[in-house]
Amino acid sequence: MKISALCLFPLLLSAQVSFDRLLHADREPQNWLTYSGALSGQRYSLLDTVTPQNVRNLELKWVFQARSLEKFEATPLVVDGVMYFAEAPNHVFALDAKSGRVFWDYDYHPSKDARVCCGSVNRGLAILGDTLFMGTIDARLIAIDSKSGRPIWNTEVGDPKLGYSVTHAPLVVKDKVLVGVAGGEYGIRGFIAAYEAKTGKEAWKFYTVAGPDDPGGKTWAGDSWKNGGSPAWLTGSYDPSLNLVYWGTGNPGPDWNGDDRAGDNLYSDCAVALDADTGKLKWHFQFTPHDEFDYDAVQIPVLVDSNWQGRPRKLLMWANRNGFFYVFDRQTGKFLAGSPFAKINWATGLDEAGRPMRAPNSAPTPEGKLIYPNLFGATNWYSPSFSPRTQLFYIPTWQDSNMTMAKMTQKYVPGQRYTGGLPRAANAGGRRGTRSTPVEDSAYGSILALDPQTGKKKWEFKMTDVTDSGVLTTASDLLFAGGREGYFYALDARTGAELWRASLGGQMEAGPITYAVDGKQYVSIAAGQALFTFALRD
Amino acid sequence: MNRMFPISAAILALCVSLPLLAQTGADAGQQLYKTHCFVCHGQEGESIPGVSFRSGKFRRASTDEELARLILNGIPGTGMPPTNLTVDDRRNLVLYLRSMHSAGADATSEGNIANGKAIFEGKGGCVSCHRVAAMGSRSGPDLSDIGSLRNESYLAKSLLDPDHAIAPSNRFIHAVTKQGVVIDGRRLNEDTHTIQIIDKQERLMSLNKSDLREFTLVKASSMPSYRAKLSQQEITDLVSFLLSLKEPQ
Repeated sequence: MKISALCLFPLLLSAQVSFDRLLHADREPQNWLTYSGALSGQRYSLLDTVTPQNVRNLELKWVFQARSLEKFEATPLVVDGVMYFAEAPNHVFALDAKSGRVFWDYDYHPSKDARVCCGSVNRGLAILGDTLFMGTIDARLIAIDSKSGRPIWNTEVGDPKLGYSVTHAPLVVKDKVLVGVAGGEYGIRGFIAAYEAKTGKEAWKFYTVAGPDDPGGKTWAGDSWKNGGSPAWLTGSYDPSLNLVYWGTGNPGPDWNGDDRAGDNLYSDCAVALDADTGKLKWHFQFTPHDEFDYDAVQIPVLVDSNWQGRPRKLLMWANRNGFFYVFDRQTGKFLAGSPFAKINWATGLDEAGRPMRAPNSAPTPEGKLIYPNLFGATNWYSPSFSPRTQLFYIPTWQDSNMTMAKMTQKYVPGQRYTGGLPRAANAGGRRGTRSTPVEDSAYGSILALDPQTGKKKWEFKMTDVTDSGVLTTASDLLFAGGREGYFYALDARTGAELWRASLGGQMEAGPITYAVDGKQYVSIAAGQALFTFALRD
Repeated sequence: MNRMFPISAAILALCVSLPLLAQTGADAGQQLYKTHCFVCHGQEGESIPGVSFRSGKFRRASTDEELARLILNGIPGTGMPPTNLTVDDRRNLVLYLRSMHSAGADATSEGNIANGKAIFEGKGGCVSCHRVAAMGSRSGPDLSDIGSLRNESYLAKSLLDPDHAIAPSNRFIHAVTKQGVVIDGRRLNEDTHTIQIIDKQERLMSLNKSDLREFTLVKASSMPSYRAKLSQQEITDLVSFLLSLKEPQ
């Protein structure tokens, strides 16, 4: 879509963000209205004025310096020229998207009871009408006036004393705001819940750990379900034609010791499809039954309408932390295909139903087992991208990562870490300091382009260090992504060729976005403790 | 007088039992360490760049009370979360953290430190590559606080079998530019596109990989084995000297 076409929608300017606008985000590519840019989770933009031919002329337009030294994992929203995001832990800003100047900020101070396993972070906000929604690390959901920054309501999602927190961007579906909880390392009982956007009142709750009387309840031995973890700490996707919400769930607890939780441990490490109005489970698929490796299935569900073996089909594509790439029929949950995209040794493959065939003697022992990929996974929560133009699926990956995973016996103590293991000697993950020097046999990072029809690699862009960056693709066949080394890249989405890079001096742990103001296309990415915004030279 | 005996006995019993209590506390602390600290800090407390529990020094705490407070509150702006550990648990965990230092880095060998220093500066030729305080070359790793970071057996192995003890972060590189200029130096940093080194003339250089015709990571240590060059006693003396190097000067 050319920028001139954006003028076809002038009435949208300054209008409230109705759910219809969220459903049809492709009609206004100048905005970035949801965490992934659209409810399909594709992180693909129709903007195309930055092209492979002119991308070398990108230059820095403005920088937002965070006050927090915590990781900057947020994907901003952009609505009619105003950018919204939260710097860690829960400090919301509204900026002029063109200049980076601040309109207002709202600094929520989470309770000191908040405890999070892996950083007091916030990955983004959601918007509906004139209201922003933020999950907090003390497990609350807060509605905020998008014009003034004043809080409207503040509701409890979980008990922070027990390790519940909310770190991801909420998902708005119709008149509800959906969030899941983090806390898989604290023995929580995970859930996804919907709240009325107007009031904050809970509308439904789906427990991601089946109770004894629920279907799937027999997949937990004894009372192990009570502290079964299975968090849901990343945003889901939504298909309006099926009225289904798709969400990924995390590891069962304790992470590395499955002795006391014999069984598959449903619905840990699953893709779940929930009725958006009731939260009822329509179908599920478990990627890593009885997980003992911390392989959360906490990835963005990517919804694609495409041909599959010659006929149109509603697909769900999923690159999992466990090293396999999957394709499903998202109407029924039927497994269609799956294949590894990184070195793995915990499974020998997938059976016809997509269930992994566990490698013999792969379970962690007290002495430890060398497992590929390591606990950080072959990919993780970093947003993938699907381009309808190239029909390729793009994954930020960790290749050849390993770790010695050892289990230990551990008693659950409310509010304390409950991991049951001693993972050690990772060949990646330790290079978070000021330097990124690789050592022998280091894992490396890459952006991998897969043909979803075959699961085969189309191209791979390798980086010396690993990457925690999300991926963005555009209608001009550009791909934007970064890595821990601090480089932010524009690649040719068809070939993987590097077309442009900027050294931002801090690792990228967020997803890039693109938007337009007054007909000019911008690209933003958080790196280190700052948000950088680029555009073509004037 | 009658009361003195029980009091003395109590003091004596206390003196005997205090180290035992500390050890028991450290053992309990070790379990807590495995549960709460191990995943990020690692077995030796050195997994996070710039943080070394073995060194016995903490950037944000000096006293036991300050350490216990960090354990309770976490460190805002970093990945370290707060905990809800009890006062006793925090005390035991602090005891274990302190013991990580005393278990390794305080150990000394039976050598003569003065002799070791003389070997370091003379016969051993160590200063041609290494620096201690303000003396010696910068082309090899600075050893000014090596005694806080490495234990006796590691240092002895480094001297006898350098290839197997060299830290990957201390590798040397050999590069040839497209113009044919040969560059050798110790790698300080590397990423996808560049390498930063200090060369043998102590110049800090940053190289673009795209400018290089040849780039090799030298896996063999450039340090010779001292197995045949120094006697066993001289090795012991040298190790003792190295272990005595605790603080950066």
